[in-house]
Amino acid sequence: MIVVTNLVKNFGSLEVLKGISESVKPKEVVCIIGPSGSGKSTFLRCLNLLETPTSGDITIDGKSITDPKNDINKIREEVGMVFQRFNLFPHMTTLQNITLAPMKVKGLSQKEAEERAHNLLIKVGLTDKAHVYPDSLSGGQQQRVAIARALAMYPKIMLFDEPTSSLDPEMVGEVLAVMKDLAGEGMTMVVVTHEMGFAREVGDRVLFIDEGIIVEQGTPAQIFSDAQNERTRAFLSKIL
Amino acid sequence: MLEGAVLTVEITSLSVFFGIIIGLFMGLGKLSKNLFFKVPATIYVDFIRGTPLFVQILLFYYGIPGLISTITESSFKVEAMVAAVVVCSINSGAYVAEIFRAGIQSIERGQMEAARSLGMTSYQAMRYIILPQAFKRIVPPLGNEFIVLLKDTSLLAVIGVQELTRKGQLYVAVTFASFPTYIGVALVYLVMTLTISRLVDWTERRLGVSDRRD
Repeated sequence: MIVVTNLVKNFGSLEVLKGISESVKPKEVVCIIGPSGSGKSTFLRCLNLLETPTSGDITIDGKSITDPKNDINKIREEVGMVFQRFNLFPHMTTLQNITLAPMKVKGLSQKEAEERAHNLLIKVGLTDKAHVYPDSLSGGQQQRVAIARALAMYPKIMLFDEPTSSLDPEMVGEVLAVMKDLAGEGMTMVVVTHEMGFAREVGDRVLFIDEGIIVEQGTPAQIFSDAQNERTRAFLSKIL
Repeated sequence: MLEGAVLTVEITSLSVFFGIIIGLFMGLGKLSKNLFFKVPATIYVDFIRGTPLFVQILLFYYGIPGLISTITESSFKVEAMVAAVVVCSINSGAYVAEIFRAGIQSIERGQMEAARSLGMTSYQAMRYIILPQAFKRIVPPLGNEFIVLLKDTSLLAVIGVQELTRKGQLYVAVTFASFPTYIGVALVYLVMTLTISRLVDWTERRLGVSDRRD
């Protein structure tokens, strides 16, 4: 579903990604772990071109997203993204946050979009918050709205960039629960996370990225109990 | 005198209107990565903000028409009123451009990223996400700019536009009552600027809806 070939990303003279090749299969949940500054978020952001790769190729459903001939906006419609800082639109209510893109990008009527939004609010457990503004929601609630907003485009793939890292500890669980449901429904997901419990339980595969390369990858069991690489073991011993 | 005040308000309102339009495009131009837009917008803003309005008024009313007359070997003149609105719009546009630029840049990058990640074009993201938020932050400095502009229209007296200050001068020329006249003129300006700042406060409060916790 996603095929990455020899992806390189430089910021000025700094080489953040040093040639990453990897693929993600349909319905697979891939968790990316690694120290901060390792390039894991940059890698994720390249997958919907929030960062433009310096070289290399990324295809999604067989379409190269780095090829300027393909319309990136069309591709982004199929790739949902959830951010560490939620990035909800503060001047819109929960409902408006969720319905805006389906209406403006997909051309849904307000009625269709609101119906979709209501179903998604049921899914994330926030039907009572449809008409409030983001700043009256807790972090966990905001992140669940952000997930609903991304899902409203009916994407084929969901990208999560440290979705629980800016949450208070007691709110992490409610967001992970929504993500776990989503994985259970067969959504293809790529998740950059520090939640090793989630990676172990929900992930089909874990990638350990350090200094711009995939140092090691395997099933959660392989990575967490039987890491082959010294750097992987050193990282895991620090956080587990 | 009342006529003069009305004219002052008219010139200011028209210039504010055109100034916002010019300012929006020039502000976006300054933010553009495309040098074709960025360079002219930057030159425009630098030139207008870096030269006195008084000189700009003289340039537009005497300088440029004079140049055109010389080139076309005819006698080209501009109505003082037209020159007044054009020069004030162009002047205010440059300041408004900077206000828009700063307002847009103050919106955190994640907003644009979230909008784009949902498949919106950069135009849609600007239109529905960035500008509505930026506009709210822009209201106070924009109101300030209009107060400045209203006061600066008094400089138009030099090209004979019969706005408030010019009317005052004419009145003094006849009556020699310089103190009562000019203090009166000043008070009329004060009433107008205070009215604008109240209006701005009110707009700001009304726009603050989503900032309140319900």
